[in-house]
Amino acid sequence: MSNLFDLLVAGLATGAIYALVAVGFTLLWQTSQTINFAQGEFVMLPAFLMLAAMHAGAPFWLAIILGILLSMLLLGLAFKMLLVDPMMRHGVLPLAIATMALAIGIKEAVKQFFSAEASPFPSIVPTGDVSILGHAVSLQSIGVLVLAILAVFGLTALLNRTSLGHQMQAAAQNPTVARIIGVPVERMILLTFLINAFLVALASLLITPIYLAKFTSGEVLGQAAFIAAIVGGFNQVRGAIAGGLLIGVLDNLAAAYVSTQYRAAVPMLFLIAVILFRPQGLLGRAEERTV
Amino acid sequence: MSGFAKPLKIALGVVVIAGLIVVPMNFNRYGLFILSQWAVMAIAAMGLNLTLGYAGQVSLAQGAFVGIGAYAAAIMTTHGWPLPAAIVVAIGLSFAVGWVLGYPALRVQHHYLAFVTLAFSTLAFLVFRNESWLTGGIYGISNIPRPHIFGIATNKPLPFYYVCLGSLAIVSLAVWWLIRSPWGRAFMALRENPLRAQSLGVDTRRYTLMAFAIGSALGGVAGALYAPLTQYIDPVPFNLSLSLDLLMMVIVGGAGFFLGPFLGAMIAVLLPEWLRFTEGYYLMLYAIAVMGLLIWSPTGILGILDRYLAERRTKAASALRAVAKSRLETVQ
Repeated sequence: MSNLFDLLVAGLATGAIYALVAVGFTLLWQTSQTINFAQGEFVMLPAFLMLAAMHAGAPFWLAIILGILLSMLLLGLAFKMLLVDPMMRHGVLPLAIATMALAIGIKEAVKQFFSAEASPFPSIVPTGDVSILGHAVSLQSIGVLVLAILAVFGLTALLNRTSLGHQMQAAAQNPTVARIIGVPVERMILLTFLINAFLVALASLLITPIYLAKFTSGEVLGQAAFIAAIVGGFNQVRGAIAGGLLIGVLDNLAAAYVSTQYRAAVPMLFLIAVILFRPQGLLGRAEERTV
Repeated sequence: MSGFAKPLKIALGVVVIAGLIVVPMNFNRYGLFILSQWAVMAIAAMGLNLTLGYAGQVSLAQGAFVGIGAYAAAIMTTHGWPLPAAIVVAIGLSFAVGWVLGYPALRVQHHYLAFVTLAFSTLAFLVFRNESWLTGGIYGISNIPRPHIFGIATNKPLPFYYVCLGSLAIVSLAVWWLIRSPWGRAFMALRENPLRAQSLGVDTRRYTLMAFAIGSALGGVAGALYAPLTQYIDPVPFNLSLSLDLLMMVIVGGAGFFLGPFLGAMIAVLLPEWLRFTEGYYLMLYAIAVMGLLIWSPTGILGILDRYLAERRTKAASALRAVAKSRLETVQ
């Protein structure tokens, strides 16, 4: 039983990070119909930006701030202005393909300009174990879980409690009507891109100490976030959170109880089952279909 | 695409085909390998173009079918079967699996369908990697023999390049025939407006499954050629990124254009090679080129040509109208 408890905690911790990434993914989809195939690389890059800042002599806290700001500039502003804006009106598929190319570009750039080797990354949470209900639980897992939950709660509060959040939701749900009642839709869309960039930078900060900084580490992460977003409900922020936690736990349990070889198959089979029997996602609303 | 005069088009086609036969004769080993790879990828991309470009069903699993074909060919030919038999099995297997994969397409569309096929792609990769009793696992299968065609050994790079090119020609003719047949029209009806297609009596259910199965079968053909081309296969080339690459080829070349996959495969296989002189930067430049192209023309390379021709036609038509109008005025 102690094994199960540990697995659950570890699963929830990685799941919380997946949730952060998945929330950003659904935000982009909702406001601009962007299926971002580079989302995993978006998580991989900020860690290297922070490492670069540290190599340049910045202390860790300053490197974190610089890394987050640079991510928002590159992965938020530049991504939207240079790639999404010119392609948005041409439909979902060409833009999705362009983000696939972007994923290759980011990976190669990191490999070329930083390193092809995995680099260690300092943890913002102190390492060590604490005892909870007689179980030794790593502080890192708890720290990651707490920070991710705080970020998600902050975001939900922003979306549901503030006027700004309501405007963003309006812009996502019905841009035309939102524009008529005076919501600056363009600015709201930009805001979601900046929020996504912030979330991936945060996820990067939390996950890189666990898995090391490597140019390929975005692949697995991107896929996990992708699945989390769909399983939870592509058009729902709280769905993405639930999906992230679920996939994190499922992945850890599958590794322990199914087989290490086929651990990756379990979330995939789950994904197929969800799409076939509940395509709107576990918590999602059915999307309106246009004929 | 009817902007060029027909004889000109035929002449151009003959020159290109003759070029593909004659020019590589004094290529080195590596050049021939790359060119053979282009032919193989063009076949796989043509299959995906049928599924996506003509029938409008998004698939992120074409790479898995190339894998299925490659493993079928590798396993059979290393056990002494001839390659043509292996190709037939590869086609049958990919067709059957593709048919089954088409069932989700009857329920969900667009991005959801893309995700189901993506999941399938990952599952197939896991099977290639883990079922080592069949696929050799991570060690793969080596010493895959190249076939004897009409008693001629194709062990050398040049004869095998002709095998790939010949297969590409056969597949091209078959696809050309298919998209001009009532089936091709049914596929396009499915893409343009499934509801209307159904109300006009097209069995959308059957054609959706067919679009998947035929497209996948061509992926299988490509795989069955890929195995003897590289003579060694392991699971890595058939992971998700191959499916993404193939999708990129179709979109970059121009989805729904017959010649799109040829150009797309050319960009994806040859452009990185041409950019090799930039050393570590070549894939980065390739990515930038693809993004730039898609920003410029989201319908791919042939989309540019198509737009240009359409523009010229409208100009010509409006010139004719102007002439007709002035004549009308002089009569009055």
